[in-house]
Amino acid sequence: MSGTNGKTTTTAMIAAGWLKPVATNTTGSNMPPGHVAALVASKSPAAVLEVDEAWLGDVTRSTLAEVVVLLNLSRDQLDRANEVRRIAERWRALLGDVTTVKVVANANDPLVVFAAEAAAHVAWCDVPTPWTTDAVSCPHCTQPLHFSDTSWWSDCGFKKPTDIATTLGNDLVVRGSNLDLALQMPGEFNRINAAMALTALSELGVDLGAATVRINALTSVAGRFSVRCWRDHRLRLLLAKNPAGFAAMLNSLEQKDEDVWIAINARVADGHDPSWLYDVPFEVLRGRRVYCFGDRRLDLATRLDYAGVETVVVADDTTIPASTATVDVVANYTAFQDWRERSRAC
Amino acid sequence: MLKVALVYPELLGTYGDGGNAVVLVERARRRGVDAEVLRVGIDDDMPDASIFLLGGGEDGPQRLGADLLRASSFSARVGDGAYVVAVCAGLQLLGHSFAVEGDDEYDGLGLVDALTRRGERRAVGELVVEVEGHALVGFENHGGRTTLGDSLAPLGTVRRGVGNDGAVDGFTTSRIWASYAHGPLLAMNPWFADVVLERVLEVSLEPLATTADLLYAERTRTLID
Repeated sequence: MSGTNGKTTTTAMIAAGWLKPVATNTTGSNMPPGHVAALVASKSPAAVLEVDEAWLGDVTRSTLAEVVVLLNLSRDQLDRANEVRRIAERWRALLGDVTTVKVVANANDPLVVFAAEAAAHVAWCDVPTPWTTDAVSCPHCTQPLHFSDTSWWSDCGFKKPTDIATTLGNDLVVRGSNLDLALQMPGEFNRINAAMALTALSELGVDLGAATVRINALTSVAGRFSVRCWRDHRLRLLLAKNPAGFAAMLNSLEQKDEDVWIAINARVADGHDPSWLYDVPFEVLRGRRVYCFGDRRLDLATRLDYAGVETVVVADDTTIPASTATVDVVANYTAFQDWRERSRAC
Repeated sequence: MLKVALVYPELLGTYGDGGNAVVLVERARRRGVDAEVLRVGIDDDMPDASIFLLGGGEDGPQRLGADLLRASSFSARVGDGAYVVAVCAGLQLLGHSFAVEGDDEYDGLGLVDALTRRGERRAVGELVVEVEGHALVGFENHGGRTTLGDSLAPLGTVRRGVGNDGAVDGFTTSRIWASYAHGPLLAMNPWFADVVLERVLEVSLEPLATTADLLYAERTRTLID
């Protein structure tokens, strides 16, 4: 399981829907130490592993993976991964080489299609993919890509695949089966994750009706969307760690006037460069007050100030008025871990 | 009316560079100056703008950006008196040539006497440049090494990081400021945003207190002390 956004949740969905014990790395620890730990902790011959984009080649080869799921590719931790297109090229080389693997891939993400079209067997998923800012120029010919409401193409002939296995609109249809998707977890992005997970399970021959019921029942993955308490506040913890993830998360926040808390760090696991904050459409928060937390709260507050959003930069002695409502806390990777540790079960 | 053109943000905006346009417009508006951002898409003509912003981009998009800019009226607009702030890939394509994947000498616009070759190692990390007694802070992430002709002045002296070559960063002319620092540059450095605004608006501006001042103080304290 790899891609920029949704890896941990989609991995958990496959593990939940597989209907048998599986080895899996549940904590977002997605490089080889995390994989080895997951594999030794389980006796099951079945494994579902979340894999950092840069490690997909090594892990696919060394585990003889049967299915590889490619969710999406967009800008994230550019100080470490450098350029999104390099990742797409490395995936393409891998999948052209390891021809035994079945690939489940997002047909609406041109960089993912560029990687997956090299594979011998692909189950294409026609799922909504609003973030295409990183795929403006064609990965084959560098000329502009064209987008319509339902398709995309390049003048060189590179285009959205037509042999679609899975479609997600109001209904989810996987290989002709209409599945009753009714997730407990919020957000359009989780419906997309579920569509990709169920397509992967279809490739593995799992009964999809039973798998859908198990996936629907998930309420929280690795603390994401969990409700926790801190001081006098009741919090809903939300993870968003790059522009595409943040844009999707801000859209999923309920339309209301209440305060939002946002926490931003720029440690190794987050990427040291927080310039991506300017690619997040924070303008949608105008009219709401944002409490800014984390090591880089001043970077966040500056960004929000220029977006016309009212901010409070939180220091240790800042008093935050109590609210009866559950407050949404959106945090990037290590800031999210900080909030999980800092908060308690309610 | 201050018109800020954000050039090909889909190609040249990898590191939040669009933020530079928002910063210029906001800092002008808060002083009572009408201002707007003109987004220039890849199918659009170059608008009549006071200042053009070029950001960073990956190799393929940078190549396409250079092709589109060469075919556009961009150079003519600059010749007619428009200003330019260019960062990273934007900096590179203003020169004679630059290096991209598969090509060591891809034609730039040749607006300035600068040449970018591929460096031995990618420069990734915090960048601090001394510009006329001020610290300019940002983050760099590029594989280029830029050489300036004798008549082209660097933007400043590198205090931390690499910039053009480990010694100096970017370049500046009467109409152009170019740096390897993203962040975005004008958000991280409010004083520098005002240097640009004063030149473009041809006025002297009163200081403006913003959250960015706190950020700038914190970054300089962290990176220099």
